Amino acid sequence: MSQWESVIGLEVHVQLQTRSKIFSGAPTAFGAPPNTQACAVDLALPGVLPVLNAEAVRMAIVFGLAVEGEIAERCRFDRKSYFYPDLPKGYQISQLDEPIVRGGHLDIETDDGAAKRVRLTRAHLEEDAGKSLHEDYQGKTGIDLNRAGTPLLEVVSEPELASPEEAGRYFRALHTLVRTLGICDGNLNEGSMRCDANVSVRPRGSTDLGERTEIKNLNSFRFLDKALAFEIQRQIDVLESGGSVERQTLLYDAERDETRPMRGKELSDDYRYFPDPDLLPVVVTQSMLAQARATIPELPAAKRRRYVDELGLTDYDARWLTVDPDTAAYFDAAATACGRPKAAANWIMGDVAAAVRREDAAWTEVPVSASQLGKLIERIEDGSISGKIAKSLFKTLWDDGGEVDELIDSQGLRQVSDSDEIAAIVREVIDANPAQVEQVRSGKIRVLGFLVGQAMKASGGKANPKRVSELLQAALSTDGS
Amino acid sequence: MSAGQFATIADIRTALRSKTTSAEELAREHLNRIARSELNSFVTVSEDDALATAREADRQIARQGQSGLLGIPIAHKDVFCTAGVRTTCASRMLAEFVPPYDATVVTKLRDAGAIMLGKTNMDEFAMGSSNENSHFGPVSNPWDATRVPGGSSGGSAAAVAAGLVPAATATDTGGSIRQPAALCGISGLKPTYGRVSRYGMVAFASSLDQGGPMARTAHDLRLLLHHMEGHDPLDSTSADVGPTPRGAGGTGLRIGIPREYGRDLDARLAATVDEAAAVFEGLGHERQDVSLPHTAYATAAYYVVASAEASTNLSRYDGVRYGHRAESPADLDDLYARSRSEGFGAEVKRRILTGTYALSIGYYDAYYRKAQRLRRLVRQDFLDAFATVDLILAPSTPSTAFEKGALLAPDETKDPTVMYEQDIYTVPASLAGLPALSIPCGNVGGLPVGMQLIAPHFGEDRLLGLAESFQRETDWHERTPPP
Repeated sequence: MSQWESVIGLEVHVQLQTRSKIFSGAPTAFGAPPNTQACAVDLALPGVLPVLNAEAVRMAIVFGLAVEGEIAERCRFDRKSYFYPDLPKGYQISQLDEPIVRGGHLDIETDDGAAKRVRLTRAHLEEDAGKSLHEDYQGKTGIDLNRAGTPLLEVVSEPELASPEEAGRYFRALHTLVRTLGICDGNLNEGSMRCDANVSVRPRGSTDLGERTEIKNLNSFRFLDKALAFEIQRQIDVLESGGSVERQTLLYDAERDETRPMRGKELSDDYRYFPDPDLLPVVVTQSMLAQARATIPELPAAKRRRYVDELGLTDYDARWLTVDPDTAAYFDAAATACGRPKAAANWIMGDVAAAVRREDAAWTEVPVSASQLGKLIERIEDGSISGKIAKSLFKTLWDDGGEVDELIDSQGLRQVSDSDEIAAIVREVIDANPAQVEQVRSGKIRVLGFLVGQAMKASGGKANPKRVSELLQAALSTDGS
Repeated sequence: MSAGQFATIADIRTALRSKTTSAEELAREHLNRIARSELNSFVTVSEDDALATAREADRQIARQGQSGLLGIPIAHKDVFCTAGVRTTCASRMLAEFVPPYDATVVTKLRDAGAIMLGKTNMDEFAMGSSNENSHFGPVSNPWDATRVPGGSSGGSAAAVAAGLVPAATATDTGGSIRQPAALCGISGLKPTYGRVSRYGMVAFASSLDQGGPMARTAHDLRLLLHHMEGHDPLDSTSADVGPTPRGAGGTGLRIGIPREYGRDLDARLAATVDEAAAVFEGLGHERQDVSLPHTAYATAAYYVVASAEASTNLSRYDGVRYGHRAESPADLDDLYARSRSEGFGAEVKRRILTGTYALSIGYYDAYYRKAQRLRRLVRQDFLDAFATVDLILAPSTPSTAFEKGALLAPDETKDPTVMYEQDIYTVPASLAGLPALSIPCGNVGGLPVGMQLIAPHFGEDRLLGLAESFQRETDWHERTPPP
């Protein structure tokens, strides 16, 4: 075990999925041609003024309530000044010392699997900057202000994460939470959640904090993990070679897998914060709190507990199903439809997940509706179709759509459980395969499987395999000629 | 037949209603006067637009008669954005800037039928008290061309005083409506902060900036205010209080005379304010001494707060998206440094530096925070005073119009705060967000003197009522500059 331990705190910028920007009416949709979603306010034309988007405030309140933080009755916005071409006003509107949410916590697990409560310092509202595009402009820099003014909720954790793995679990838990709350689309590859990590190391067991560095703008789970691992090792190497860690801001270079100091342009020693005189203080009323509270859905931890305690799923299954709120919603609907949560879980984690992965589909757009999947499960459980038929029927439903019961009838898929019918097939199989029959009788029970297979084949897959096996065994044991 | 060079809006409305003139004829007359004027009060004249709009107004008048400001020629201070008409703030930085949108005030006045003839000169970004800080050159005072018209709304004030327009919009951050109105012998109203939308008004100091009207009479101010005010969803600081009522202002009012305001005042000016107080007494109002104990600190607090806000409000002029841009910059820092060094004038740079300093780590508490505390004390002074009086009567300026160049500090050889002292009587009401107006109340050495009336928040009705009653008793507002 290393003689060093790491201490990590994360600042995650969560893009709130409001329709319009935090201080203007321009739309926030991702991927539009450059500067087509930037209005006069976003361009910081002379004379324009910010107007706060009430929906962004509502989402921040929803988040604060979900993490059991304290919602400020009154908070305000500040100007944070620095010059950069993608920051049109020359200042960012943010919240310095009166954030909308203080405290709160997020529950994760340690590397040993023990429960751990990570405390949050605060969460505050601010506006995103635009983007500087350094490619494709013949040595010049392009500025795209579509993102400028997109609402961000910056969620700041206490420095309580002990490893890159813990940091990753925290980031994932936050990802699941904001998606469950419906306040962020969670599309990391579109920059919907970006993370700054504060990292320091100290001798194991020490309670003092070492000098920290900050790694900026980590936008995937993988980069967070790799950047932290690299930076922790770098700091340990510095300390072990007798040096000291320098407080600095770093960027992670994914191609080279290393962190390196950021150059001064986007950094300032002094942001000259002061209250923005264009905006009034935000007053959060009891009715705003009540309205926000009413919109909070079942949270991931509660859902997981319910799956285990009430639906009888394993902890592993419950966890698997609750990572993504859309998956959980699909499961809830399917389980309710068929009344068999365990079977629904198996199907969703098996065939449905495989198809989703293969087709790169979204869980909200699975072509087999949860109610059809429920119906399918019901038909297996009531013996109408075999598991094998069900699998091929699922594929048909995925590819071509349709209704389970209609397809069973129109394609003649109903399982044959009638003893006389199966007995006739069994008779045929015994007559047609004398050599194998002899083998079974002489004790080679394995060969029974071959005969069952032949019977199933003869029935077109529709025979109930359990009945086939029973009748075959009965026939071979009594039919001792 | 025209309504006369110095006609009020009320006179012009009568003339339009009696068909003795037309909107087009009025527009042409005023445009001609503007063209002949040597005051340099206009930065941009929008003749073609004005005549087209005037003709449309005449068609409307023919259809449904004159109402509101239909057919009334006006000018906008060049701090209000006008779609398609360049809006310069009298700065090299915005010398070529053509906004794609109209300020709310511009929209409202257009909707009321006013005909915009052009954009008036001003101190660069509204910073100054003499209109000498203009990229387009200084404005002359119509009463004496060697003197300044005051500032920052010097162009609007001079234009109204000279009869180039019967009314103009202006803005007041620390006195920029009241001081030039006083020095040019016209009426000017700074409404309560929040009464008039700031949307589209290029920001100097956001917590202080307030648009308002300049005209020949308090009666016209009321009419203009009616068409400028109102809650604006595009301005979060605009107040949702409903329109200013059309009352008479009340009788038997207690008018407070602040003890602290006389100290630096020229005795001849003090005498005119005293005579004005006597006029009010004659109208049945009561004169009462009041104390505003923190007055002495107001100017210092104002320059810290206003400059701090300005330092960030002006950060957007970086040469990247619009405005002046330095030729072939070596790198990004060079682009910023040279675009801003070339684009801004000396006073603007001074305020940006002052404000940046006041907000810096280590100085924030000593300057910005302390200034805000003083601001609250100044505001409290007024609230306390309004517990015993209904209005405050004060001088508008410490002197009459001064010579051009007399107070200007173009470089470090002169003390810029001498100019700042021009605002000592106007700044306190600005810090407190109170409505205040300046109307002519005398003449000293051939130059007009103004007096200031200050009311409680949203007390414009009382303010205008009292000013109207004063103007019924006196004729200072009817005096015109020598031809």
